[in-house]
Amino acid sequence: MKSLKHLFGIADLDREQIEYLVNLGDSFIDINRRSLKKAPTLRGKTVINLFFENSTRTRTSFEIAGKRLSADVINISASTSATKKGESLLDTGQTLAAMQPHVLVIRHSISGTCEFLAEHLENTAIVNAGDGAHEHPTQILTDLLTLKQAWGTPEGKTITMVGDIAHSRVARSHLLAAKKLGYKMRIVAPRTLLPAEVERYGCEVYHDFDEALPGSDAVYMLRVQSERLTDSCAFPSIREYHEAYGLNSQRLKKAGDDCLVLHPGPMNRGVEIATDVADSVKSHILAQVEHGVAIRMAVLAALCGGDGGDDGKE
Amino acid sequence: MPKLKIENGHVIDPANGIDKKTDLWVEDGKVTAIGKHSGTADQIIDAAGKIVCPGLIDMHVHLREPGQEWKEDIESGSRAAVAGGITSMCCMPNTGPHIDHAGIARQIIERSDQVGLCNVHPIGAVTKNLNGKELTEMRELTRAGCVAFSDDGAPIWHAGVMRKALEYSASFGYMIIQHAEELALTKDGCINEGWISTQLGVTGMPVEGEDSMISRDIMLTRRADARYHVAHISSKGGVKMVRDAKAEGLHVTTEAAPHHFALTEEEVLGFNVDAKMSPPLRTEEDRLAVIEGLRDGTIEVIATDHAPHHEDDKRCGLSCAAFGIVGLETMLPVSLGLVRDHVLSMSDMIAKMTCNPAKLLNLDSGTLSVGAEADITIFDAGATWTLDREKLVSKGKNTPWHGKKMTGQVNHTIKAGRIVYQNGQIC
Repeated sequence: MKSLKHLFGIADLDREQIEYLVNLGDSFIDINRRSLKKAPTLRGKTVINLFFENSTRTRTSFEIAGKRLSADVINISASTSATKKGESLLDTGQTLAAMQPHVLVIRHSISGTCEFLAEHLENTAIVNAGDGAHEHPTQILTDLLTLKQAWGTPEGKTITMVGDIAHSRVARSHLLAAKKLGYKMRIVAPRTLLPAEVERYGCEVYHDFDEALPGSDAVYMLRVQSERLTDSCAFPSIREYHEAYGLNSQRLKKAGDDCLVLHPGPMNRGVEIATDVADSVKSHILAQVEHGVAIRMAVLAALCGGDGGDDGKE
Repeated sequence: MPKLKIENGHVIDPANGIDKKTDLWVEDGKVTAIGKHSGTADQIIDAAGKIVCPGLIDMHVHLREPGQEWKEDIESGSRAAVAGGITSMCCMPNTGPHIDHAGIARQIIERSDQVGLCNVHPIGAVTKNLNGKELTEMRELTRAGCVAFSDDGAPIWHAGVMRKALEYSASFGYMIIQHAEELALTKDGCINEGWISTQLGVTGMPVEGEDSMISRDIMLTRRADARYHVAHISSKGGVKMVRDAKAEGLHVTTEAAPHHFALTEEEVLGFNVDAKMSPPLRTEEDRLAVIEGLRDGTIEVIATDHAPHHEDDKRCGLSCAAFGIVGLETMLPVSLGLVRDHVLSMSDMIAKMTCNPAKLLNLDSGTLSVGAEADITIFDAGATWTLDREKLVSKGKNTPWHGKKMTGQVNHTIKAGRIVYQNGQIC
């Protein structure tokens, strides 16, 4: 298998690498459930979480992942406003890289931030924890692990993704992964929340949620950001959005009994997802969160050259 | 001044219909004769195998002086120009302060005269401070040397102001150059909107941003009976509208930048900040429409939109990098691709960088007529070289052609009879 130097996005991974990371993540689930949640895999390794955007779950997930594998983990939350200009982003990156971490985990609102920094930093593996509306690879690997647990394989299944596709890095990464792993994506949104020529990903495009539901094996709800209302007239009101694109238990019935519900979090209850669905047995949303830690352990281990079974050998 | 003979070159002077192997004679800074005749010269340039043409004109350049001299200044821009075979250029008014009053226009011309390499003709602002609200004193600016008017970089958004600008300028025969972009449609955009912007997850600038502005402006131009020039046209729809306007008899003209007929949005893949400019690189369909516009004469001018930036302004993510690329030193080799691809004859290509812009702007330059100022470019259309950004003469190194093989190389640039550039050296 091609070895991994950085993890920028699903676009750079082939099927074998994706499956390797998902399987490696699978093998880490147990550690997280043990009472002694520690493995020596990354002993002596330094991981810096550099987050330019607010994030609780992803940052915590990376932090726990690193710590449970015995890495030294440092968290830095940089305010986006202070670092919006490129040079300070580069300076921040170079400054941290000069401290010789093994891995720099980066989240930034500008698409392509990881590729850009990697051009200028040496000897540091970069992990994309979400860049603009571009990619969010660890979320997709997390979802794939969740689906593996539920289905064995996603191949041949249909995932219906609903919401702000235009601004979603989760959507783009999934659309890329679907092609590589052989599952179908249906995307559902008003045209105001779809990016140009999105059908070129090979997905099916719906504006009517109810039409998209029959035949769906999973429904993946995306968070709706209220600033889309004021900034870009993307939809007229939360009320109307919920009526057209919100998921409740009544609507979910159209998808059939075995349909799973996914959400990358954080949820807006009563907006894109109703509580009766979010808390139902069909919801795998908390499983996604749990698997997120395992996947991030796998990614850090893969980038640092450990596969989880070497007990910290160099 | 010594008497100069440029011998055995292929002399192409589109304005006078000259396209033959002959000699060119220069004395006292003027063209004195074209043809084989006996006579002694103090200095001879052997131009065998080379094209000898009027010094090139680039009617769309950002020289950054005054105000942003770390990006470019009149001297460095002039040096880059002559290295690219350009002996006259028009500089856009988005300097600091803007070219919205006569003093700045005069200062730029004085400074370029001191540098003495390349004519610099300022383009005056249409509105004060490029604010899109109040018209500048266009008559005064014209007396100070401005050759046309534009708020380039700050499109004139307000239709009422644009109407008045066209009507007022039309009263005196001035030309308005518009950077056609409906900002309400292109807000936060950084590349063409389409499959590439979707894949990269960046906000796009839809082609309708350009087309809707051109459409509106042509209507206003019709009513005002004005002279309207579309800067750096990049869209299929825009080219069609200009073609139709011309057929209707309106005074609508346009220019294309080499990057818009040589490159497409694909260039941006991998977050290439040196392929980010406004208007953005567009689709292959748009590129081919621009080429067709050049071929059929809808687009009469090639101009670069030379936009030098410091690397600090480019060394960040795609969405925050500055718009624009340098162009002075690549205009000729990139445009020669049109000749190699049989889109244009050599003479027609040269016309788009010499007599055509000269005619639009009422410049004396752009020809080799006997008695004309001896601004001459000598180039080898077949010479190949590899572009190294660090070797660009411009302070700006922001080019999408770094590392690319270029075909066509300037050998000599002559300004008013004086050799100002010769085989890689600025003299």
